[in-house]
Amino acid sequence: MTTPILKVTGLTMDFGGIRALDSVDLDVRQGEIAALIGPNGAGKTTFFNCVTGIYIPTAGEVMLTPAGSNKSKNLKGLKPNQVTQRGLARTFQNIRLFSRMTVLENVMIGRHCRTKAFILGAILRNRATRREERKILEYSYALLEKVGLANQADEFAENLSYGAQRRLEIARALATEPLLLLLDEPAAGMNPQETKELDELIKKISREGQAILLIEHDMKLVMSLSDRIFVMDYGKMIAKGNPAEIRTNPDVIKAYLGE
Amino acid sequence: MDYFIELFCSGITRGAIYALIALGYTMVYGIIGLINFAHGEIYMIGAFTSFIVATVLSIYGFPLLAIIVVAGVAAAVWSSAYGFTIEKIAYKPLRHAPRLSPLISAIGMSIFLQNYVLLAQTSDFLPFPELIPDFAFMEPIAHIVGSSDLVILITTTVVMIILTFVIKFTRIGKAMRATAQDRTMAMLVGINVNNVISATFIIGSALAAIGGMLIASHIGQINFYIGFIAGIKAFTAAVLGGIGSIPGAVLGSLVLGLTESFATGYVSSDYEDVFAFALLVLILIFKPSGLLGKDETQKV
Ligand SMILES: Nc1ncnc2c1ncn2[C@@H]1O[C@H](COP(=O)(O)OP(=O)(O)OP(=O)(O)O)[C@@H](O)[C@H]1O
Ligand SMILES: [Mg+2]
Repeated sequence: MTTPILKVTGLTMDFGGIRALDSVDLDVRQGEIAALIGPNGAGKTTFFNCVTGIYIPTAGEVMLTPAGSNKSKNLKGLKPNQVTQRGLARTFQNIRLFSRMTVLENVMIGRHCRTKAFILGAILRNRATRREERKILEYSYALLEKVGLANQADEFAENLSYGAQRRLEIARALATEPLLLLLDEPAAGMNPQETKELDELIKKISREGQAILLIEHDMKLVMSLSDRIFVMDYGKMIAKGNPAEIRTNPDVIKAYLGE
Repeated sequence: MDYFIELFCSGITRGAIYALIALGYTMVYGIIGLINFAHGEIYMIGAFTSFIVATVLSIYGFPLLAIIVVAGVAAAVWSSAYGFTIEKIAYKPLRHAPRLSPLISAIGMSIFLQNYVLLAQTSDFLPFPELIPDFAFMEPIAHIVGSSDLVILITTTVVMIILTFVIKFTRIGKAMRATAQDRTMAMLVGINVNNVISATFIIGSALAAIGGMLIASHIGQINFYIGFIAGIKAFTAAVLGGIGSIPGAVLGSLVLGLTESFATGYVSSDYEDVFAFALLVLILIFKPSGLLGKDETQKV
């Protein structure tokens, strides 16, 4: 079996006296859609924050391995921009677009870590800079095309509909060319129509080989999308397995019913 | 009528200089939420650097244009080095400290730099060489607009256009806007925020240095204290326009420059500052976020 893209072991996070994550293990395999579920306050977002460098975990390892390679990179202790550089991208539970930038600019900014032209090049406008700028534009338009926002490229991000903003966040994350895409409740606040479109979008991205780990409360969406599901409660991993296994797992039912 | 136009022109010139300095305040505030009180000193150091370079070059008999360009570039580079270093040693270590700490550090830096120049140079006013000659074609209107006013206006306009271009269209400009809006998110899309902050200090310092050279040549003398007064005025202009907003800094500077110019011309030069600060108070009462500022509630 190949090395998983993301392998987290013993991840622990303390906030003062509160242990928000207690020795959590999780792995995401190449090309799969994995889901992380659990009741409110279980520690799912904290898990994302620890993995992406927003929090420095108290203990544990976070290893990222590019597909088909065995060179693992340890992400623990890196800054968020370094984590992104190495191949993780994420969206947030509450939308965090650059609202006063255009839709296109939001995606272009995601290309930042994969390009290098600096200020002098921008003023001198030499050949290499212009070629790079054109590539950024083409890449960004292609992504907008993929998430269905190409015809709103020049709108300000804050003027998009809710569902469109969520899709733009996904496009911006994809622009960093992640090995693994982390989605924190992508369907939160969406109406059924928007959720259906999101379901299709995630499937489409996945078919292209993108590995995805998502946090989601919408069980229908989770069951329809996921290859494997991880369940957390009170900072602990209480179950993992395929949708059928999770559906019938008594521990999971107990955690959700709050017994 | 001529008198009115004269006052108007001198007000715009004044405003243009304020704008060059105010941009540094507003850009730094926009990115890290800090009032960089040492910024006036960066401007003063720019004036001194251009003074030294211009004096040396004129001793060797270089042509005026060469002197202006070399002195301007030297001032911009040297001031940028100061701005860059100040951020690294006085603000970066305090980035996660309570807001008051870097502010006090900034005031400390300001006092330190003033006294450093006082000791290293002199406490006297130094005569600044006149870098901008009286152009022949300006002769007919010289009693209304001076040649150096014209040069200041043109230089400032060109600098503003370049700045706007950099911020709107370049990679670093986008990174700066993203960082100003949401620093954590900027990091998460892969932006090295430390580099962006450094770039902001470098750009702001270079602008202030150019302003320092232009005004020193316009007025004809400098000393270690000019940064304090110019800094306060430019800061006022930035707040007037809405701190954090780049067009706001320019607008605020022009409004302030015009107000001062008309107050001096029609009332008395003693009242220049009174009018300037009265204007600030009025704006802050009726529009606390400044002329073009966005409401603070947007910051999460
Ligand atoms: N910065 C912090 N400081 C202190 N406690 C925190 C911090 N961040 C999270 N917590 C705590 O950690 C626990 C887990 O929170 P987290 O946001 O990870 O839950 P979640 O599983 O994402 O819940 P939800 O489904 O509501 O989004 C909560 O008890 C929360 O109060
Ligand atoms: Mg959460």
